[in-house]
Amino acid sequence: MAMQMPKSLKPVDRRATLQADGGAPFAALTEPVRMNRIADATAQSGSLPQRLAVDVRDVSLTFDTGDGKVDALSNVSLQIAEGEFVSFIGPSGCGKTTMLRVVADLQQPTSGTLLVNGVSAEQARLERRYGYVFQAPALFPWRTIEKNLRLPLEVMGFSDSEQQLRAARYLALVNLTGFERKYPWQLSGGMQQRVSIARALSFDPALLLMDEPFGALDEIVRDHLNEQLLQLWDKTGKTVLFVTHSIPEAVFLSTKVVVMSPRPGRIIDIIDCNFPRQRTLEIRETPEFLRIAQRVRVGLRAGHSYDE
Amino acid sequence: MTSSVLALPASGTGALRRHPLVQRYAPIVTIVLALIAIWYVAAVLMNLNLVRDGFEREETPYTVSDLLAGTMSAERPLLPAPHQVIDAFVDSVFGYAPNAPRSLVYHSAVTLSATLLGFLLGSLLGIALALGIVHSRVLEKSLLPWIICSQMVPILALAPIFVVVLGALGLQGLLPKSIISAYLCFFPITIGMVKGFTAPDPMQLDLMRTWSATPRQVLSKLRWPSAVPYLFAGLKVAITISLIGAIVAELPTGGEAGIGARLLAGSYYGQTIQIWSALLAAAILASGLIALVDLTERIVGVRMGARP
Repeated sequence: MAMQMPKSLKPVDRRATLQADGGAPFAALTEPVRMNRIADATAQSGSLPQRLAVDVRDVSLTFDTGDGKVDALSNVSLQIAEGEFVSFIGPSGCGKTTMLRVVADLQQPTSGTLLVNGVSAEQARLERRYGYVFQAPALFPWRTIEKNLRLPLEVMGFSDSEQQLRAARYLALVNLTGFERKYPWQLSGGMQQRVSIARALSFDPALLLMDEPFGALDEIVRDHLNEQLLQLWDKTGKTVLFVTHSIPEAVFLSTKVVVMSPRPGRIIDIIDCNFPRQRTLEIRETPEFLRIAQRVRVGLRAGHSYDE
Repeated sequence: MTSSVLALPASGTGALRRHPLVQRYAPIVTIVLALIAIWYVAAVLMNLNLVRDGFEREETPYTVSDLLAGTMSAERPLLPAPHQVIDAFVDSVFGYAPNAPRSLVYHSAVTLSATLLGFLLGSLLGIALALGIVHSRVLEKSLLPWIICSQMVPILALAPIFVVVLGALGLQGLLPKSIISAYLCFFPITIGMVKGFTAPDPMQLDLMRTWSATPRQVLSKLRWPSAVPYLFAGLKVAITISLIGAIVAELPTGGEAGIGARLLAGSYYGQTIQIWSALLAAAILASGLIALVDLTERIVGVRMGARP
């Protein structure tokens, strides 16, 4: 991976302009590290028959707020292959959460096309193809932990025995066996967030959308959950889209880090991280890790304007 | 040294003051005693002229203590003394068979049945209206102004109209009274439940959407449980209002039976003691009903995992 950074040190990034203008897919972009290997693979239809989990092309979303229009997303294009772990990082208002919500069909793009699992976002939602983890656990306070886990299964009409089975299995997966009869307020914040992750996994979606799931937790708990999440990802082979504010978290978890910038919300860099799938927190000390983290930081700085 | 003093078991008045029962009930008892004292003083002052006139008309010599005793035992005082009210109350509750027309138990039962039926009808109407308002913009715009208007017309003016109209339709007795009571008490429930049905966190609503839950599932699994605290807040107001509604409804029905009828008859014949004992019965009824709603709320709260 060649690291050629001098150009992106300048506040205005050439690639960003390119995207904003023509909405060129990033496969056509100049920098070698950012060549899209998935696009290559599908083009050759050869050695790596990877399907796209998420295919975003030229998507824009404009909010009409009371005092003018806000470009939450501006001509964003992105392809994510199945089984990837993609982090979205950027300052507040850069559209990373909006990006996730658009994929989840919680918000509709103003223009552009978006395919999830080969179908439209709405179709994917109706087919329950993804699990969504929000910033807060958003557990239902009147339900016990087990009942909370069973909620999506109830909604989707799983049989009672199947609900029971899955609740037990996914509680075990997040190391919370024994807490079935507790109510959410009896659990710590980290435990609650684990329940919400188990809940998102309980119906076994191939795609996991996570919006700053560990944002409110302290460093130690966050590290621990990061490791657990990686193991989970490794075990289940799911595709994960992960929004975060933390550079180490993004680099540690991902196969790909998408750096975004606000006003208008756009992608300014996509960085591949080719760490082995089974990794430990120790890799955060390696030169490779620090190099990628540095590149993310430079990208963030380039997209950030401090004069507001 | 001071610490050893503090460590000694508290003695005398200090221990009494810290006794949990004293701590709990002392404030209430104090207020009640103060109110009774004020009541006695007021009874003396208000009845003084009445009693003095009585003595002077009969031209019997009297002393100050005669005067005071007279204010405490007048047959039709302006303000009966507390013990007179209690005497009359105990007599009319225990002195007659429960179904005798002079028994306060009989009249209370008549009012209570109208109250409960009215409360039931009003609660159902209130919840139904809230459901309509929450689910349809059109209903919100068309219904809400009328709902608010309905509460601006004094019920004292409306009650006779209701009685006459319903009487012409062949409805008499319990039902017209219940309808007037329901008319009054649906309002706090509607307002509370509109708030309650819209109480769910946007995140919880989004979650239901990601699972593509049907509107009915969103209602039964999210909106309805979220509204329960608001429901009980509304019910507590509604139950007292429905009692007032039932009493007011008894006034234009000619005063055959019920607490309202006792009030009316008492004011016809200047039987102030009867009025006050009927008021006492109404107060006891109201506190009993609120206690019942409170108890239900507590039981439901426990079953819904509320924090103790």
